[in-house]
Amino acid sequence: MRPEELAARLAERVPDVLQARGEVTAVVERDRLLDLLAWLRDEPDLSLRFLSSLTATDHPGAHPRVWVVYELRSIEHHHRVRVKVGLPEGDLRVASVTGLFPTADWHERETYDFFGVVFEGHPNLTRILLPDDWEGHPLRKDEELGGVDTRYHGATVPPIDRRGMA
Amino acid sequence: MADLDAARDGMAGLRDARTGELRQETMVINMGPQHPSTHGVLRLLLELDGETIISCRPVIGYLHTGIEKNTEYRTWMQGVTYVTRADYLSPFFNELGYCLAVERLLGIEAPERAQVIRVLVNELNRISSHLVWLATGGMELGAVSVMLYGFRERELILDVFEAITGLRMNHAYIRIGGVIMDLPEDGAEQLRELLRVLPGRIDEYEDLLSANPIWLERNVGVAPLPAERCLELGVTGPILRAAGVAADLRKDEPYCGYETYEFDVPVRTEADAYARYLVRIEEMRQSLRIVEQALERLEDLPGPVMVADPKVAWPPRLSVGPDGIGNDPAYLRHIMEESMEALIHHFKMVTQGVEVPPGEVYQAVESPRGELGFYVVSDGGHRPYRVKIRDPSFVNLQATPDMIQGQLVADAIAAIASLDPVMGGVDR
Repeated sequence: MRPEELAARLAERVPDVLQARGEVTAVVERDRLLDLLAWLRDEPDLSLRFLSSLTATDHPGAHPRVWVVYELRSIEHHHRVRVKVGLPEGDLRVASVTGLFPTADWHERETYDFFGVVFEGHPNLTRILLPDDWEGHPLRKDEELGGVDTRYHGATVPPIDRRGMA
Repeated sequence: MADLDAARDGMAGLRDARTGELRQETMVINMGPQHPSTHGVLRLLLELDGETIISCRPVIGYLHTGIEKNTEYRTWMQGVTYVTRADYLSPFFNELGYCLAVERLLGIEAPERAQVIRVLVNELNRISSHLVWLATGGMELGAVSVMLYGFRERELILDVFEAITGLRMNHAYIRIGGVIMDLPEDGAEQLRELLRVLPGRIDEYEDLLSANPIWLERNVGVAPLPAERCLELGVTGPILRAAGVAADLRKDEPYCGYETYEFDVPVRTEADAYARYLVRIEEMRQSLRIVEQALERLEDLPGPVMVADPKVAWPPRLSVGPDGIGNDPAYLRHIMEESMEALIHHFKMVTQGVEVPPGEVYQAVESPRGELGFYVVSDGGHRPYRVKIRDPSFVNLQATPDMIQGQLVADAIAAIASLDPVMGGVDR
């Protein structure tokens, strides 16, 4: 389906459909996320059965603060749809989509690890790329780049700019 | 007497201290993160019953370097040098995916000649990446000659990469708006030589392996993953095509003019490690076909390899000198001695670089391992707001437990080899 057709088809279900650069984006409230994704997946002419990617972006001070972004792909029809859910500051919770797309398992763990988004109903929502005892969620915009101690077997090495070396 | 006691003590460990019965519990062992067959720093937590794998949990993150976060603190152009280092066996694909995404945000397209060069280096890169898969996979399954051959031929390709880009890997050759410089004068000649040598070598691998009883024993029927499960788990690339699904982004969502090249997408239906082997071998041949066509096109395709817009194009003209790639002496003379305006422009572009209008875009390319996607967000500034790399190794690795549960430990090695994960891409 061409982007215009896709956008028109989606508008039947979602009030907020954007179209830009040949891409179609549906913005949805979080309580309607699972319904929408199941519909996109199971409608034969859409058949967006493949979840390519799942991630988030952080916008401190804005409302919503965090956008969770789902990239859906149809292997049969060669088209794509992006779904976005906005989450307010202090309440970064959204339903896990692992029931619909098993591939979401690691994507959601990564998004939890990087942004602190809690995916409710995820079978094992733990950190995946950072150490288990890491504090904070480094891809949030209010987290600095670098400046982190290196820890190894109980010893601590300060970051390079605080080692007192000229 | 002492020997007998020691033997009895040894036996004691097998029996339950209280009941005296043989112990039945399973054993949990770590394979990796330091293990020659885990392709870098992958760790598998295996629960074993004898030699049989009952459950498997992959543990990753040992090579996490924060590439995505780093890009947010650098200019758009510098982003290329970060993303190229993610999956270090397919640097050109990382560069291409990122640059195509940024170009779509800018609403520009690289000139024709640059597009053809991009296709050319990408397909060569696909071959060099598959050669590492063949070499390391062969070594892990006991085919040491294949390891030597694979790395030998990869070296030929890396030599050409070095002649073109100045570097063997992490090239930062594909840039926003084109490629950083044209092929060297003898580039076409070197590529022709490669095209003359490689087909025979690929036949050699097939002669050595395709009917080899040990190779068959280790691969046929091993680590199966049917198409439906591939799609559920997000698995793409040769693994999906070995399960009967002809999904290839070069055909399905063409970029860089792939729709104008003649090539086939190899597909098998057995969905096992052997089918993946056959698919990758054939993909190398198809890539050679594409390289040949690209080379033909370049013959009578003059023209720039970078967009003309001075607000986008990287200003320094480069050339390959005795110590690798660097600023062209004539260009240096121009900005340092002749033109103040050129110097100011150079300074602005190098320190601030291109300004990208606000928006978001998802661009996927077909890497040697499957769908390599870049979700790039701009807030209108000189730096990316967010760069998410959807790396195929990261997603494909999720399928490990499905592939090996219920199989033997030795099959875990074959399964990982057939997955061909690159930890630089997995952990980013």
